[in-house]
Amino acid sequence: METLAAAIAILLRWEVLGALLVGSVGGVIIGAVPGVGAAVAIAILLPATFAMEPIVGLTLLLGIYGSSMYGGAIPAILINTPGTAVNALTTYDGHPIARDGNPKRALSLAYSASFFGGIFSVVCLILLAQVLALVAPHFGSREIFLAALLGVVLVVLAHRGKVFVAGMLACFGIFLNTVGLEPVKYTRRFTFDQTWLASGIDLIVVVLGLFALSQAFLLLVDKDTHPEATRVEGGLFEGLKELWIYKRVATVGSSFGVLMGMIPGVGEFTSQFMSYTYAQKTSKTPELFGKGAPEGLVAAESANNAVPGAAMIPLLALGIPGEALTAMMLSVFYVHNVIPGPQLFANQMPFVVALYIGLFLLNIFVLIFLIFSTNQILRVIRIPSRFLGVMILTLAFVGLYSLRNSMTDCAIGAAFGVFGLILKRLDLPSVPIVLGMVLGGIMEVKLRSSMARVKSPLDFIDRPIAAIIFTAIVLVISIHLWTYFRRTGKTAGNRRENRD
Amino acid sequence: MAAKSGFVSFFKRERHPGDLAFAVAFLLLSVFLVSQLGEQAIWAKRTKFFAQPAFWPTISLSGMLLFAVLHCIGSLASPRTPGRGPEVIFWIRSLEYSVWFLIYVWIVPRIGYLGATLLFTLALTYRVGYRTKDMYLGAAAMGVGIVVIFKAFLQVKIPAGQVYELLPDGIRNFMLLYL
Repeated sequence: METLAAAIAILLRWEVLGALLVGSVGGVIIGAVPGVGAAVAIAILLPATFAMEPIVGLTLLLGIYGSSMYGGAIPAILINTPGTAVNALTTYDGHPIARDGNPKRALSLAYSASFFGGIFSVVCLILLAQVLALVAPHFGSREIFLAALLGVVLVVLAHRGKVFVAGMLACFGIFLNTVGLEPVKYTRRFTFDQTWLASGIDLIVVVLGLFALSQAFLLLVDKDTHPEATRVEGGLFEGLKELWIYKRVATVGSSFGVLMGMIPGVGEFTSQFMSYTYAQKTSKTPELFGKGAPEGLVAAESANNAVPGAAMIPLLALGIPGEALTAMMLSVFYVHNVIPGPQLFANQMPFVVALYIGLFLLNIFVLIFLIFSTNQILRVIRIPSRFLGVMILTLAFVGLYSLRNSMTDCAIGAAFGVFGLILKRLDLPSVPIVLGMVLGGIMEVKLRSSMARVKSPLDFIDRPIAAIIFTAIVLVISIHLWTYFRRTGKTAGNRRENRD
Repeated sequence: MAAKSGFVSFFKRERHPGDLAFAVAFLLLSVFLVSQLGEQAIWAKRTKFFAQPAFWPTISLSGMLLFAVLHCIGSLASPRTPGRGPEVIFWIRSLEYSVWFLIYVWIVPRIGYLGATLLFTLALTYRVGYRTKDMYLGAAAMGVGIVVIFKAFLQVKIPAGQVYELLPDGIRNFMLLYL
């Protein structure tokens, strides 16, 4: 009870609530613009929060992180273009419902399902907080190293059909993190005698290049498009009532979101597909899926919106990010001198609870904002694509240049922008690079400190949690290889049969 | 024949135009970086294996090289989609906007954030093909808005322009602080 009171005291300040409100509203608007997304916004705004108090800066960026997916549903439903990549599945059923003359129903159902998913995950987070507080102190260096390794393995294996390239890019990310002065012997690594490489390659610079500049370049080089979205007439409250009909799908979808969100490297896509497949398999009208099934829309939105809250669990408890956005949130925490990990739960529980309550409040802010402002948000969607490119490029300057006022950072960012554009054009993932950089740094530090107390390799996994994580790594790799060989074997067999 | 077919299906994947060019370029980068391991990262004396400065670069570059080889084989084993040339040209065209961006970065400390941003947004709006009064007004409003929000309100660390020194005292202080 004392913890709760202390947490409320942290939050109940006008600047904190203001930051949460601005972040939530800003996140919805940013999420609604196809091609921008929360990663770009957080990367651009992060340096702007340097001067703010940690809790103010954190709640501002937390607001953007937690609310962008709400906004992403708007263009997904109205113009069949997802605002953020994770809203892709929303187009399957949301757009057909809107196209059949019912955009209000589709939007209100999407908002309600997202709200349900968001609140569900925060409630799970709050319920799990006590358990995490008990478990987290048992995570020593070797457990955190193994958890980070599991994160890398999952990030690579989660990219089905692109495992080799994901592995290559994750290793590239780990390598990038090693460039510069190393922390033990203070020798230079891969600096090629260039002084500008001695301080290493900044994560924010890479993120801004890969996400913001690459998107700006893509929009500027590609054909100009002028998205059109028609006004939505009538109130948007009905969805809350309709959601009650699909409460089972919403609950299962949110549970998938929470479960998958907690596992590093898995995230929104897997949870959405699992939730959507479940909804389709258990539906009385599975033939409607993809043609305007409300259950499909509820399954997709409740699952993807439950992820941000759940992804905060490994981030806060272990300091392990699960995907690109949480990797960026990790740097947000570091910049504001809040070090996620077991010590955070032991020493700053009111702060953790304040973040949970903040996440809870932002879902309420966002729902109210969306119900009354959807038509105003439509104006943002109508921005021509190349103009949007000019806007992102201008904003990316703020993020890049204000870090260290360095022309070199901007040049590195621009190089990663071109690299990110190539990855986007080839439909290859850039997330493994970011996670490789973050998790590589964690692995290097934790392996070094844990090996000081290890005499034989088996000592490394002689503690229960370390043994469990190690078993999970072996199992995940074995299952992946087994299913992969079985599938490729079947494909080759089928081809031979067809030839015969 | 069956063994060859199994090998091909193991590596077969979706292949976009330009895939092989990227795979080969990345493989070459990996080979170059691995070849520099002895020069660019040291194995120190009297230091434990896992604390060696060269340990993580070796691990990461070995992994990068291994996966780059596998990715390259995958590209060769997958059916080709025509259009490599136009795709590579598309990538090269993005370099023009990198140059625009770097020129913008270069002029900010010289003519100031407000002037540079206005110049950049207006010129780039013209370059990408918008030639109407409304678009120029939109670009100017966007430029001013970004400067006011980030420099004046959020006090983001962006240096003042050298030309501000030429301004009269009162205006100069205002420009130095807010624009």
